[in-house]
Amino acid sequence: MRLVLEKRERRLKRMSLLIPLFSFILSLLIGAIVLAASKADPIQAYVAMAKGAFGNARRFQYTLVEALPLLICGLSVGIAFRLRFWNIGAEGQFVWGAIGVTWVIQFWTFLPDPLLLPAGILVGMIAGALWAGIPGVLKAYWAVDETLTTLMLNYVAIGVAEYLYIKAWKAPKGILGTPEFPEFTQLSQVWGKVHSGVFIALALVVVLWFLLYKTTWGFELNMIGKNPVAARYQGVSIEKSIVIALLISGAIAGLAGSLNTVAITHRLTRGVNAGYGFTGIIIAWMSNLNPFASIIVAIVMASLTTGADALQIAMKLPESMGAVLQGLVLIPLLAGSVFHDYHLKLIREEE
Amino acid sequence: MDFITKLLAVTIAMGTSLTYATLGEIYTQKSGVLNLGMEGIMLMGALSGFATAFYTANLAFALVVAILTGGLFSLIHAFLSVTMRANQVVSGLSITLFGTGLANFLGQRLGPESNNFNLVGMNLSSKFDNIAIPGLESIPVLGAFFDVSILTYALYIIIPFSWFFMYKTRFGLAIRAVGESPKTATAMGLNVSAIRYLYTVIGGMMAGLGGACLSLSFTPSWNDGMTGGKGWIVIALVIFAGWNPGKAVIGTLVFGGITSLQFSLQAAGVKMVIPTQFLAIAPYLITFFTLSVMTIANNNRKGAFAAPSALAVPFAIDDK
Repeated sequence: MRLVLEKRERRLKRMSLLIPLFSFILSLLIGAIVLAASKADPIQAYVAMAKGAFGNARRFQYTLVEALPLLICGLSVGIAFRLRFWNIGAEGQFVWGAIGVTWVIQFWTFLPDPLLLPAGILVGMIAGALWAGIPGVLKAYWAVDETLTTLMLNYVAIGVAEYLYIKAWKAPKGILGTPEFPEFTQLSQVWGKVHSGVFIALALVVVLWFLLYKTTWGFELNMIGKNPVAARYQGVSIEKSIVIALLISGAIAGLAGSLNTVAITHRLTRGVNAGYGFTGIIIAWMSNLNPFASIIVAIVMASLTTGADALQIAMKLPESMGAVLQGLVLIPLLAGSVFHDYHLKLIREEE
Repeated sequence: MDFITKLLAVTIAMGTSLTYATLGEIYTQKSGVLNLGMEGIMLMGALSGFATAFYTANLAFALVVAILTGGLFSLIHAFLSVTMRANQVVSGLSITLFGTGLANFLGQRLGPESNNFNLVGMNLSSKFDNIAIPGLESIPVLGAFFDVSILTYALYIIIPFSWFFMYKTRFGLAIRAVGESPKTATAMGLNVSAIRYLYTVIGGMMAGLGGACLSLSFTPSWNDGMTGGKGWIVIALVIFAGWNPGKAVIGTLVFGGITSLQFSLQAAGVKMVIPTQFLAIAPYLITFFTLSVMTIANNNRKGAFAAPSALAVPFAIDDK
């Protein structure tokens, strides 16, 4: 007797809910083992994390603020993933968004004050779009491996940002980073710590859902991802679609970077590469590329980060527990994703 | 002259860790598996090696633990990408996220109670010291190659051996066949899955060893995230070497050199013409251009430079 994977007749819808849920529970269980092995009470730790992430309005606000860049980055990479373009460069595109918005607000002082913020966000999006467009064009027309190019470009972007906030654009005195943005260019807060970027993010979810599920463009993206030969036969220009999808993907990651800069840090400074672009990949994967599902997944992933911060304060446990759980959740998820298309079958071998 | 010799010495020390991991990743990728988990695996290797050396004071045992830890983590990746046919990019990233998170977590939990369970700031009773070979070490400049730790000396044998193994033995032929065309390899009677498992695990073991080089010889210590992105440079170096283990050392010397140049010039108080940040991105930028230009050139004329054709493509015999 042996177990084999057999292809399913068709994909099961309920699997896209069951697998992520099961993965999350499993990652908490493995995390509990890690906690117990390091002489900490897992239940006590998880309660502290839950309280830290959702315990009161203020904690929940922090979690939402943390979830916003994750959600937007998840949406960004999700578009590229539909084409099976493995964009792991959202981190770099995020950084370029931050650079773009800083450039405008710091140097485009000739603009009337109210125009500075929208112009800054727009330039941040363009910067992110161009940064994603480079690997997009290279992949579309010359088949240059996108995983490796987007990965390399992340570190180039981070290096440029470091050069800018440490040297070229550094504030003449005071803390590290560029000068603080004037108040009228900072994003207003709508509920405690939660800034108005939340509306932009939610609008983006709706727009993307419409574009991806209700338009020919969205249909073509899916077709290219699933069956490029058929798509080409239907007269779809794969090259053009890749480049356009990548420009949009990069623009969205750039949006995340510029929003975080005008809402949270108010300057370009250390920590601009906080890993949101990489964690966005988890969001996209767990939500099965569905924009609405991404909202919930982003909040859950953000709660692991804010919960782990609280863990450090409450139980003196390292905050990297959040990263442990975030990384762990992907492992059963990936192992489980095979059950979308396959199921286990017991085969009795005849002697 | 003295400056150059010192520079070379630091370069070699830095390059040792990179070379182990790069050789490992080349073998993994040649068999058709892309392992982006190197950063996490190296960090786990550095941590497990350091923690073992701290409690047992046995360096050889610490190396074994680091190698096994690296192997264990890459086994997860092999299981996901070979058996479960999962996306290798996402799988590798999850290994890196999990590995770096866990290493940083354990680094603050495995230490002695007197130091708040923290391993940061702890010292080792012994480390892999440099061993000078009398006579050879006094050669001007090149003498730096003969005053290194045993971990580096081992590479003088491992590098040519891994080139020979890849291109001159039937085992190497099997790896390349599996990475280029798993279908043909199956027809040749090779077990694609077993070979991919084997070299993914070996690759991870080498990365664990590379990580341990950092925490046991160069600057024997443990720090949060002490690999500092070296695992990603490894991915770059594999491309730069054109997937050839023999050429891996050129890349590690060049990029190790760039890093040590940064430190040496800073230490010497030289006014920098090129900002240090631009030196730091040089490896990534060079790799980006190398990959792009070589791929484009390769499209026009089938050349020797190419990623293994089946890299990151899952394989199942029943697939069409």
